[in-house]
Amino acid sequence: MRPLLRARLSRERLRPPPVILAIAFAALTGAALILASGHNPLNAYVEIVRGSLSPAAWPDTLNWATPLVGMALAAAIPLRGGMVNLGGDGQLVIGGLIGALAPVFLPVPGAVGAAAGLALAALGGGLYAALAAWGEVRHGVSMLISSLLLSYPAIGVTSYLARFPLRDVSTGLPQTMMIPPNARLPVLAEPLNAGSLLIAAIALAVIFIDRRTSAGYELRMRGKNSRFAGYGGVRLGPQAAWAMFFSGAVAGLVGATIVLGSQFRFIDGALLTPAYTWSGLMAALLASGEPVGTIAAALFFAALQTGGFAMQRETSVPRVLTLVLQAIVILFLAMRRGLGRRA
Amino acid sequence: MQSLLTPFLFQSAAQAITPILLAATAGVLCGRVGVFNLALEGQMLVGAFAAIVGSYFCHSALAGVAAAMVATAAFSLILGYGATIFLGDPVVIGIGMNLLASGLTAYLLRVIFGVSGTFSDPGVVGLGRITVPALVGVPVLGWAFARQSAVTWAAWALAAVVSVVQFLTPVGLRLRGVGEQPEAASTLGVNVVRYRVIAVLVGGALAGLAGAQLSLGAVSVFAEDMSAGRGWIAVVAVMLGRNNPLYAAAACVLFGFADAIGVNLQSRGLPNQLTDIAPYVATLLALVVTHRRRVRTS
Repeated sequence: MRPLLRARLSRERLRPPPVILAIAFAALTGAALILASGHNPLNAYVEIVRGSLSPAAWPDTLNWATPLVGMALAAAIPLRGGMVNLGGDGQLVIGGLIGALAPVFLPVPGAVGAAAGLALAALGGGLYAALAAWGEVRHGVSMLISSLLLSYPAIGVTSYLARFPLRDVSTGLPQTMMIPPNARLPVLAEPLNAGSLLIAAIALAVIFIDRRTSAGYELRMRGKNSRFAGYGGVRLGPQAAWAMFFSGAVAGLVGATIVLGSQFRFIDGALLTPAYTWSGLMAALLASGEPVGTIAAALFFAALQTGGFAMQRETSVPRVLTLVLQAIVILFLAMRRGLGRRA
Repeated sequence: MQSLLTPFLFQSAAQAITPILLAATAGVLCGRVGVFNLALEGQMLVGAFAAIVGSYFCHSALAGVAAAMVATAAFSLILGYGATIFLGDPVVIGIGMNLLASGLTAYLLRVIFGVSGTFSDPGVVGLGRITVPALVGVPVLGWAFARQSAVTWAAWALAAVVSVVQFLTPVGLRLRGVGEQPEAASTLGVNVVRYRVIAVLVGGALAGLAGAQLSLGAVSVFAEDMSAGRGWIAVVAVMLGRNNPLYAAAACVLFGFADAIGVNLQSRGLPNQLTDIAPYVATLLALVVTHRRRVRTS
């Protein structure tokens, strides 16, 4: 018995961690895809690494990572309690539009306008996400599906507003009025702006709440076993609403920081094209909502995607390949362990 | 309201229902055996792309349809095996598959056709419309079905076949058993994993057919992420129908009409950003209303 046990233990120890295996598997599958399309996979991967991790590329990688980490945190908050928020896109555009309108229309000085934009964007995104929780608690509509379905009206209405009533008529494009320079987020070092600091602060707050507060403990307990949490005195309905509110608030803030920090107006579709929501959700799923792991995964995906631009430039392998790699990593890991509980 | 119920409305509703109905039937098939299929959106997208590839290279719509069904069934192996022998969470697998489909079709679009965004080419043969002379001019049914593609007919036929198989045949009994009581089914000698995998693969073929209708149906074009939420609406139809193909079909009819009314309002000058959200709002309302009634009756 003893030697057998020892043999098994040492084999356990020798087995590489699943995340490394998943990345290796994704890299191999991706290499096959690149080969099949007539390019050299080794060159492509070298360009990804050089284009994201070389010191010259750090600012770009961090700039890309800012919204991605934000959306990953937005996905991780409810996921920690076993809930899934698929509606990040809707909350993102609501926050973006509010962030773009507040400094233009509120009769306050620039910096106050920016702060108001951020606060109102968080409130708007949060309330919209909480709507999905309310639907589940009050009307029994599965949050998984309602959060996603609510996304479409939000995207449609913001798109309509940016194209018709609120359009900047001095340009021919579907975008709102330019935010005045004194209401923009201060630049730290091109292309990074204060939005990155804000997201970093949120990340620290999420880690602290998760590890050191009773609210974080109760949410984790719900994620492990919601009935036990309910039996232990956690009020599940309000908890779901608060988790979704904070999730949506972070998503709304991300939208506002992009608008106030780099785009300076709400441009129809511009917040959704990079698919931050989905990459962020994948990062959160990869770590089952554990904040530090989620942030690490989001940084990894950000590096992958930033490197993808360099790869496309240097080797003409389309950069959407990086999305394929991400999806393979997630699918590989999903096969080895579940989400913990079914949503 | 009177002027809204035109023959054109019924025709465009029947057209909008087709892909959702096929995908919902696929979802019902998976749900019946206890595999929650959240990947319908991605499966349709793979089908839509494969249909264009098949039709472009073989110059035949039939080849496109076949390619769509085979490719999507193959893609569904991920869910079929992932949710059974690999014990993966179907929700995570579904989300992963949707993203994989989105990335993979965009990648292959650039590699095979050298374009991004949308692809259309005269070499792509679309699905022709079949005119049924007996139905032309008949109110309602004729308006809806007199001139539709073969896939529309197939969608309704397949929904009927799946209903019959599920409720009136021994195979259907086993399928339901696998979904409701896998241990009991297994004790009776039913191979649970095999039934689940086969159901998921057949569902994949149906979802692929839905994709073929999207890319080869009304206009022959592939656009990135062209399934545009229809797969999610089908997921809702499956939930509303509680894995009953007939109820799910009824839900699809509701969404199809919401979609068609949206298109109709668009032709009267309402911006499409607003009319496009009609099916999603209808879906959300349907979810709320049916739950209320369920609570009251129980």
